[in-house]
Amino acid sequence: MPSPAFHAPDTVEGAVALLSGDPTARPLSGGTDLIVQMRSGRIAPSAVVDLKRIASLSGVRREGDAFVIGAATPCTALKNDADLCAAWPGVVEAANLIGSVQVRNRATMAGNLCNASPAADSVPALVAAGASCVVAGPAGMREVAVQDIPVSPGRTSLASGEFVVEFRLPVRGTRAADAYLRSIPRTEMDIAVVGVGANIELDADGTCTAASIALGAVAPTVVLVEAAGAALVGTRLEDDALASMVEAVTAACAPIDDKRGTVAYRKAMAGVLAKRTVQIAAQRAGAKA
Amino acid sequence: MNRIHVNSTVNGDATQFLCDPGASLLDVLRDTLHLTGSKEGCGSGDCGACTVELDGEMVCSCLVLAAEAEGRTVATIEGVAEGSVLHPVQQKFLEHAALQCGFCTPGFIVAAKSLLDRNPNPTETEVRYWLAGNLCRCTGYDKIVRAVMDAAAELRQERTPA
Repeated sequence: MPSPAFHAPDTVEGAVALLSGDPTARPLSGGTDLIVQMRSGRIAPSAVVDLKRIASLSGVRREGDAFVIGAATPCTALKNDADLCAAWPGVVEAANLIGSVQVRNRATMAGNLCNASPAADSVPALVAAGASCVVAGPAGMREVAVQDIPVSPGRTSLASGEFVVEFRLPVRGTRAADAYLRSIPRTEMDIAVVGVGANIELDADGTCTAASIALGAVAPTVVLVEAAGAALVGTRLEDDALASMVEAVTAACAPIDDKRGTVAYRKAMAGVLAKRTVQIAAQRAGAKA
Repeated sequence: MNRIHVNSTVNGDATQFLCDPGASLLDVLRDTLHLTGSKEGCGSGDCGACTVELDGEMVCSCLVLAAEAEGRTVATIEGVAEGSVLHPVQQKFLEHAALQCGFCTPGFIVAAKSLLDRNPNPTETEVRYWLAGNLCRCTGYDKIVRAVMDAAAELRQERTPA
């Protein structure tokens, strides 16, 4: 492959200057998608801007009532933050289903999001969690909901020169939890046929007070199914409430047929996984005193 | 294209090299530093034959740019044995005949050692998940998993004070 220029700035401003001055330059964090695409000849950026030397882009920290996850934080590093794992177990487990240990030691959720695959594992979990991301660019910083980043397979809403700096997730109290499940033909190292993220809050007597369900791999982008969450709020997740939720999930699916699964299979599995994911999230929420 | 001058530590030795900006760490290890133990299988992070540790975490060296190694520590298969004394993982691969063509073996050994450095008492399931990113087309994996479990048992014994 033709060799791009390599830059490793140590400030966000430096990275913005390098990326906005060169429309084919690409940001690099884990490289597990970018370098594969460069080697296959699919893309030929004139420059690669390594974001890992920018101190604020690596690691998990607390800022007031938010967890802030630097965009260059590898997926495996999320598991080292006990508070994040307790508050958002579904986000952490979704990020740690991507690829192999070797891949997760490099890959980041920001890369997973901006690669814009409909089957990205961390994205439904982040969307169900209500996560936002901070984007840096020539016009300064802006905060945007995670679900507004992907617009179609392989394309994002980011403008030229923009890149994700960090994710923000609320620090939250008891009786709330999330979960993520995916269906793959193998047990590891495969791409989701269906992925479901669920985020559930319960009150003291077990009534659901808030619910978000997001689907991956069943539409061109991640789908936040508001009707599925609404079907659970005010219930104690009885069978008929779960059945209404499954109906809303199935109706929201617009998948493709491919070698990994048919339209009918994906729709059916989305319902099955949504029910299981909600039950895991609710069980976790209920277990928090 | 300007070549980049990189300083890093490879298998404990301070090392300098010049590389093309687009060269992978694997390219430099094999072609510049002549450490040819790490293999290129797929070049896309699927097979694990190029597994090395970068700052103590195992990665596919085909998916790391060599320029990223500036100031970082790299550990390859060449650094696993201490002189002529094989690491228990290597010894158990021999005893269990856990290789046939051998192409995947360096990656498996670096990955298995990385697991046992963190978890000296893994279950078979943990071993199989940890090694999911290393592909072997010869052995069917069973002998590899047995070799790693046996190496873990030996390391636990070595670490137990007499």
